[in-house]
Amino acid sequence: MTTAPRLDQPVVELLGMTKRFGNVVACDGVDLELRAGEIHGVLGENGAGKSTLMRLIFGLALPDSGAVRIDGIPCHIGDPVGAAEKGIGMVHQHYSLVDALTVWENVALGETGPFDPDSTKSRIRDISERYGLDVDPDAPVRDLSSGIRQRVEIIKCLSHEPRIILLDEPTSALTPAESEQLFEVLREGARTEGWAVALVSHKLDEILRATDRITVMHHGRVTHRTATAASDVPALARAMVGRPVPLLAVTAAGDPDGRSPAADRMEEDPCAVPDPPVLRIAQACVKAEDGSVLLDSLSIDVREGEIVGVAGVEGNGQTAVSDVMAGLLRLDQGVVTVGGEPVPTGQAGAMAAAGVAVIPADRHRSGCVLGMTVAENLMIPILDRMQRRGLLRREAIRANALELIREYGIRTPDPDTPLDRLSGGNQQRVVVARALSASPKVVVAHQPTRGLDVGAIEYVADRLRHAAGEGIGILLLSTDLREIISLADRVAVIHRGAISGELTRPGLDMQRLGLLMGGKDVTEAPP
Amino acid sequence: MPGTVEPPVQTQSGSGIGRRSETALIYLLSLGGALVLSAALVAATGQSWTGMLGALLDGAFLAPGRWGNTLAHAAPMLLVALGMVIGVKAGFFNIGQEGQLLIGAVAMALVGTRLPGPGPLLLVGGLVLAAVTGGAYAGLAALMRFRRGVPEVISTLLLVFVAFQVVGFAITTDWFLRDLDPNRPSQAVTSASLPASVRLPVVTVFGNEFHAGFLVALAGAGAVAFLLARTVPGFKLRLLGAGPNVAQQAGVAVARAGSAALFASGALAGFAGAMMMAGGASSARLTAGFSNEIGWQGLLVALVARSRPLLCVPVAIVFAALRTGAGFLAATGVDRKVVDVIQALLVLALLIPPAVQFLREQRGTVTTAGVGEA
Repeated sequence: MTTAPRLDQPVVELLGMTKRFGNVVACDGVDLELRAGEIHGVLGENGAGKSTLMRLIFGLALPDSGAVRIDGIPCHIGDPVGAAEKGIGMVHQHYSLVDALTVWENVALGETGPFDPDSTKSRIRDISERYGLDVDPDAPVRDLSSGIRQRVEIIKCLSHEPRIILLDEPTSALTPAESEQLFEVLREGARTEGWAVALVSHKLDEILRATDRITVMHHGRVTHRTATAASDVPALARAMVGRPVPLLAVTAAGDPDGRSPAADRMEEDPCAVPDPPVLRIAQACVKAEDGSVLLDSLSIDVREGEIVGVAGVEGNGQTAVSDVMAGLLRLDQGVVTVGGEPVPTGQAGAMAAAGVAVIPADRHRSGCVLGMTVAENLMIPILDRMQRRGLLRREAIRANALELIREYGIRTPDPDTPLDRLSGGNQQRVVVARALSASPKVVVAHQPTRGLDVGAIEYVADRLRHAAGEGIGILLLSTDLREIISLADRVAVIHRGAISGELTRPGLDMQRLGLLMGGKDVTEAPP
Repeated sequence: MPGTVEPPVQTQSGSGIGRRSETALIYLLSLGGALVLSAALVAATGQSWTGMLGALLDGAFLAPGRWGNTLAHAAPMLLVALGMVIGVKAGFFNIGQEGQLLIGAVAMALVGTRLPGPGPLLLVGGLVLAAVTGGAYAGLAALMRFRRGVPEVISTLLLVFVAFQVVGFAITTDWFLRDLDPNRPSQAVTSASLPASVRLPVVTVFGNEFHAGFLVALAGAGAVAFLLARTVPGFKLRLLGAGPNVAQQAGVAVARAGSAALFASGALAGFAGAMMMAGGASSARLTAGFSNEIGWQGLLVALVARSRPLLCVPVAIVFAALRTGAGFLAATGVDRKVVDVIQALLVLALLIPPAVQFLREQRGTVTTAGVGEA
């Protein structure tokens, strides 16, 4: 079946691919064409639908409508096995390796046919040699760095000799040098073997460097198609953050609805000396257990009544910031001060005692306790007030719960209902109510509206504005630019565990924001 | 926020009443199945199967003096189960109660047979020391867990076998616990018997005798239920178990609270061991098989009671009844091995319904959490 590929021939054609999850349209009538010998970049923010599109091609998800043609023949891909039969291989964003097994065992896991360690190992060595992917087949995966693991993923994919290769954010855990090496392999394969490659990424520079053709997605739709040679960073940045492409004058993005009190104050008295920061994170460094860098000398200040938005592509250290502020993660270096006082990091309860409340991105991991009741969840930060000589004051707990249920519009039959019986939106209200009801000085909100419906999103935004109006300093970590723009007084961009740039409002430069998020620090954006 | 309609509560399969009657049905089916199998087994070995159920009930409750015996067996099991509940609520699985119980019994034997002093003082001192040593023994597992990351499930389990060795050493070593009385009734190596003044008082109700330990255990069940539901330390333990990250944020340090839970869990088991001895188990002597699997069965009690402290009381009595009933059945001439199988079948029958319920709940969480990401 592997006839010599004619270059530039369309190998995969997608027509009008649409996929819905509930009432979210992940892919909305997407057309895409992958050609033999070409690397096709698929660019977009988180949640733009890039990964879903790849999953549709690979048979991990089934489209609601749309057609796939491979070599011009309409076909139906029902599952990854079917995809592999058609010569499609995929390298996933999250590694799917078994830590306890060695490299060759992991590769053998995906194989059909007789179990033959020697042939698997020799095949790994062949692939390693041919593409310069140096890996020891006998090394246990748990001992490998993320860069090498990525190589193993690629070898696993290549061992099926695919001619269509889908890579979903393959570089998210790689160093620039490792990424460059990966692109070498892809270019080599495309040139000599005629691979059709789809490279999914949100990094502008690597898309520009590695690909031949680019498709930009935004909110499930294709917003821009171009040959790489004919494009440049500003154009892609504009397309990626979702402004209509023909709009050229995207300089300031003042949002008339999204004023916060601090912005108003600044406007009233532009000469006012800024208040001392209520929260200061200085030179924060954290390494994960596997040695990867989570925070790399990150510094940021938040003043009283100010909402500081931290924009950035997911996985650039936002979770680490939120975990540090929740007292779940200890800084290797650096200081956190709240109201001028240094607060020990990674110590149970220290952040809460200093007046920091966190609305985490993953509420089930660290935001609320599903196995407890609504009332119990709501009393956690004010346990001291809910007890007398070690005994819980049941009337006080109930009264507190009823008040917050009313104030925050939590829809629950009863304060004693277990939290896991509430819908996600109402669980999030409990998390927000708990964070804001403990009279904090600082609120760290990480993706506070993720997964909420429109009304609930507006509600949470109102609450945050209201809290800022009361003088609480708010650090808003979000990948959703609209959220940042509508709420923040000041916008910082986080990239690879550090603040890569800061922008002030009014006069927020969307183009520069897009560039910073993509890892480009350009102070002068072309007009 | 007008315009948005959000269901206040996620629908769950089945109403409370429907679920309860379903649970009752599962219990009925599994117990019925176990009894039918048992009857078949008894019949197959040439005994009368009709007498089997009667013998079990007679032995557990109906024959004169039997239910007192059952309560005496239930007491240590109940304490062990309560310890398990405390651990589970805090998110830590101490499954080494059999060993902690033995260590407690060693402490009791040491105080009761080797120290001078008035009997009641030795009794109380022995019980307290047993709780402390049992707790410290579980504390070893806590130390390994929080210093070195050794899972407590494994360390507590393996420490059981160390405890057996400790008992073996104690009762064969002259200066430790070995009975040095040349006129002792049995040649088996044991400790000396606790003097009568160091025994628990015996309660007699309608001709049924049981030692006061059952009342202590009963009070313990109430105390644990109260602790968990109504006090700040209990709330913190439950918080730790149900949401460790939230607990850490709220100032509940995992290592400290977890160690406390494991210690309390071991202390209850150690206390249970001392209580068994002071209640006259094994003629109030420390023997190689002294624990008699009470530690393991206490775990099952907690499991069947689904970690609800008050529910542990009836469940412990049922498990104790199985033991005493099975003992009675063996006395009627049914082969001891067959009796053991019958007992195991009935225990298994009691474990099936909570397992079914657990699996169903797991599946429930998977379906509600498995909503696709965009």
